[in-house]
Amino acid sequence: MTDISATAPLDPARLPFEPLMQRNAVISEAPWVRRTLIGVAILFLAGFLLLPLLSVFAAALGKGLGAYFASFNSADTQSAIRLTLIAAGIAVPANLVFGLCAAWAITKFEFRGKQFLITLIDLPFSVSPVVAGLIYILIFGAQGWAGPWFSAHDIKVVFAVPGIVLATIFVTFPFIARELIPLMQELGTDDEQAALSLGASGWQTFWHVTLPNVKWGLLYGVLLCNARAMGEFGAVSVVSGHIRGLTNTMPLHIEILYNDYQFVPAFAVASLLALLALVTLAAKSVLEWRFADQLAATRRH
Amino acid sequence: MSSIAAPADAARRAPKRAIPGFGPTLGFTVFYLSVLVLIPLAGVFFRASGLGLEGLWNVLTGPRVLNALSLSFGAAFIAALINAVFGGVVAWVFVRYEFPGKRLLDAVIDLPFALPTAVAGIALTALYAPNGWIGELLTPLGIKVAYTRLGIIVALTFIGLPFVVRTVEPVLREVERDLEEAAATLGAMRWHTITRVILPAVLPALVTGFALSFARGVGEYGSVIFIAGNFPNVTEIAPLLITIKLDEYDYRGATAIAAAMLVISFVLLLVINLLQAWARRRA
Repeated sequence: MTDISATAPLDPARLPFEPLMQRNAVISEAPWVRRTLIGVAILFLAGFLLLPLLSVFAAALGKGLGAYFASFNSADTQSAIRLTLIAAGIAVPANLVFGLCAAWAITKFEFRGKQFLITLIDLPFSVSPVVAGLIYILIFGAQGWAGPWFSAHDIKVVFAVPGIVLATIFVTFPFIARELIPLMQELGTDDEQAALSLGASGWQTFWHVTLPNVKWGLLYGVLLCNARAMGEFGAVSVVSGHIRGLTNTMPLHIEILYNDYQFVPAFAVASLLALLALVTLAAKSVLEWRFADQLAATRRH
Repeated sequence: MSSIAAPADAARRAPKRAIPGFGPTLGFTVFYLSVLVLIPLAGVFFRASGLGLEGLWNVLTGPRVLNALSLSFGAAFIAALINAVFGGVVAWVFVRYEFPGKRLLDAVIDLPFALPTAVAGIALTALYAPNGWIGELLTPLGIKVAYTRLGIIVALTFIGLPFVVRTVEPVLREVERDLEEAAATLGAMRWHTITRVILPAVLPALVTGFALSFARGVGEYGSVIFIAGNFPNVTEIAPLLITIKLDEYDYRGATAIAAAMLVISFVLLLVINLLQAWARRRA
């Protein structure tokens, strides 16, 4: 320690903490232990994460590019893509508005039961996707409470697009709120208080002070929410009824193609969703590297 | 920021709650949460209570349902254990060591969060099927993964991995290296320092990660049903049995299983919250 403080006493940024620690034999492991652990970690991640990802693209392109692109010519595939875009296009903005409202109420004010409310917002994460679909069947299905009323008014919820949207909203419910709440808690209310005391209205404060402060965290939450919304399978599978060309989303269409032994089309549709996942991960990593300080430190995922 | 001086009269006019919008935002939050989540979930319990205790008991103790529930919980438990061990190693390696490709692998950790479960399901099945890249290697050894319980564990390990890594990583980063140095100065061997100083510090995070991974695995559906083979009583998971009951218009059976799974997930959620409170107290 002494020679370090002698060479760079006043510049803490230049203190070479990490290299020092790694040379410090008493608090690091023998090289062979280190190499073994790194090897185990890389093998595990390569085997469990990279290989499945690679196999999606390998199977999709296995019969050549022609077969790959031909997979998207079918009308059912195109309508599945369209429905997925519609469902995510409704679910993500709905949860965005909710997330902003919930984060504003929870982080800018003190009230009793706040912690309980946060737990309730997290609730959909601990519910099985199949159960998430089932709850709407029990309400809107033919045997449900509201089912007869809706069918009397000729409104289809279950086995139709509204049910798919509802199920998608449920499973992606907490994503944006839980990204914003820790972030806005960390930021506190000083900026808003300052804007308000200088005469800004509530809306102006929100648009010009709060929103710019949380924009990267918000984008991050929207990305995760969207990836899950487009990829949701279990919940949507229960409420959709699997009507081809009508209530089939991309993940459900993958299942149908796969069970029909149409492997190239199945993996071709899967590769689109895998690409979406890759784009999401890349954007997420870029956000984390560039704006680490502007994203909440206390995040779980 | 807090040092901006407000005019004296504005300060006097400003009540305690200077920030507007409490009523509407909290109102909308509670309304949206109730209509979309709480009331529908309560509906399951209301429906289940309609079956009566005896009816519930009859459904849940049927051999096929019992087998499905114990498979879902057992496989999720084993997968969470695997994740606790390997996720712990991965978190350790990421926090403590430098190696080529670290940033790329760090980004890939979250793949199971971003990759749709159905895509993961068909990809894992293709890999582990007897003619797949990994299946080809395992078949001569007499190990069958696809369409067996082993396959379910593989899928649930995939799904749950990031929970452990992402929970343990930040805690491990906070471990005071002074403590390690102190232990070493006092004559502790490296192994002792790790088991007596570092492990106790990250244990709450490790257990939380395990619980999150377990909770996710119990309810998982999409990634499992492709690789499981879905043979009744053998590789049929509980969420799949719910969908089968629904297809047979057996709403009572589906509701009973769902209610049982919800109760257990709520208990798990409570345990996870208590664990996190425990971790905060120790931090």
